[in-house]
Amino acid sequence: MSALNEQPLLSAQLISKNYGERVGCQEISFDIHEGEVIAIVGESGSGKSTLLSVLSTQLMPSAGAVHYSMRDGERRDLFSLSEAERRFLLRTDWGFVHQDARLGLRMGVSAGGNVGERLMAVGWRNYGAIRKEAGDWLDRVEIAGDRIDDMPTAFSGGMRQRLQIAKNMVTRPRLIFMDEPTGGLDVSVQARLLDLIRSFVTTYGLAAIVVTHDLAVARLLSHRTIVMRHGRVIETGLTDQVLDDPQEAYTQLLVSSIIQA
Amino acid sequence: MTATPKYNFAYLDEQTKRMIRRALLKAVAIPGYQVPFASREMPMPYGWGTGGVQVTASVIGKDDVLKVIDQGADDTTNAVSIRKFFEKTAGVETTTETGKASIIQTRHRIPETELTEGQILVYQVPIPEPLRFLEPREVETRRMHALEDYGLMHVKLYEDISRHGHIATTYAYPVKVDDRYVMDPSPTPKFDNPKMNNSPALQLFGAGREKRIYALPPYTKVISLDFEDHPFEATKFSHPCELCGARDSYLDEVITDDKGGRMFVCSDTDYCEKRLAAGHLGNSGATEAAE
Repeated sequence: MSALNEQPLLSAQLISKNYGERVGCQEISFDIHEGEVIAIVGESGSGKSTLLSVLSTQLMPSAGAVHYSMRDGERRDLFSLSEAERRFLLRTDWGFVHQDARLGLRMGVSAGGNVGERLMAVGWRNYGAIRKEAGDWLDRVEIAGDRIDDMPTAFSGGMRQRLQIAKNMVTRPRLIFMDEPTGGLDVSVQARLLDLIRSFVTTYGLAAIVVTHDLAVARLLSHRTIVMRHGRVIETGLTDQVLDDPQEAYTQLLVSSIIQA
Repeated sequence: MTATPKYNFAYLDEQTKRMIRRALLKAVAIPGYQVPFASREMPMPYGWGTGGVQVTASVIGKDDVLKVIDQGADDTTNAVSIRKFFEKTAGVETTTETGKASIIQTRHRIPETELTEGQILVYQVPIPEPLRFLEPREVETRRMHALEDYGLMHVKLYEDISRHGHIATTYAYPVKVDDRYVMDPSPTPKFDNPKMNNSPALQLFGAGREKRIYALPPYTKVISLDFEDHPFEATKFSHPCELCGARDSYLDEVITDDKGGRMFVCSDTDYCEKRLAAGHLGNSGATEAAE
């Protein structure tokens, strides 16, 4: 990974987020480079989703800063961007895959319209071209071409999730945030989805921050893993290292509590 | 019997008119931008043009000549009741002739006769927000307007084409005003959209229930949204008006019996009558003359 020598794509410095007295996450710092996948694992309430919301600028942190290398190479503090710039970033250079596809998709708009929305938002005005591009991306996420005019409500859970990924990928983002992307899917569908995400990461040099409570997802997808508990990072390192040789008692507990099939 | 109650001129009190005029000035200054205003309770139900009536009441003067149309017609319920309302409360002269009117209040049509400088066209608007059916949150739609984030509007047109093969929106067809704001031209047929562009008349839009006012100053650029490969097309009719033979006007379908009989006639009654008076005849007119 030559990218590691260059400056990080996104760099978080001492991020804290408090909800009044309650702590969301505390003093979290890490870097992510282009083409790298980081998994954030931990039990419910450990601050994973809060962290993801802060990183993707949906929440303002109580303290700390997040720097991002824009496409033009300039490093910007995400929280000094104007709202218009943040929105533009979110729908071009970034993607966000929600656990609940209904949050990420427009359920009343056809699959093609969902994928095409980002293109139209960045100024595409040729119906034929938009439709072709949407069709290409549906094909890449293994959704049959004749489903392009179907509503997401007519799709299965796995298909919705793949549609959500196509919708995000269409503007060729460099960084994608995923919040429990495989949550609520059955195992075979999960495997297929993980395969797809893995192939996108290698094909398009995509970087991803994946929040999950499923260690198997972390192992399959990520290069590095961050373990969180009570809003703090308690262990971080290469995924294999963290999962095969956990140092912290809590991580050991987490790893040992996986049921071996 | 008590005496007839005395209304202030044009029903609204002067402070309310000032408030509405301020909103109107702001609306004219920012073409296509929806200005919130403190809409008043009017002596008619929402949906009957309370927004348009408040705008008209605020701009009308004693010397104005008022015309009110409902789907192009001067003689249907909504038009008649609003005309009577202003006859009673403002005592202004009313007319059915487009050319003679200085203020025209309309529910969903623009007269066929070209408007001129100095005329004001007041629209009654039910839902001012063009993005409403795509994005239900008001906070979000306002933000989208502020940031000129209009990709969603094209999603609607995309859906039309993917479902029907062409843009099937025929009324309330979204427009972009002065290269900035996307605006709902109220539920006028898209046939009338080209007339909004660069019109010499001042166009004011009032939405009473939704409490919004917006405007197009004279000679404003108004472009209907479309795709490069599916350009905007105004509705075209395959036949002329059966009464006056006009081929350039918007037609209403009128059911004539319970055996499926129907005819197509001008929706703009004033325009149709003028043409008849000038000796133009359509099919039914010609057959009647032959009998």
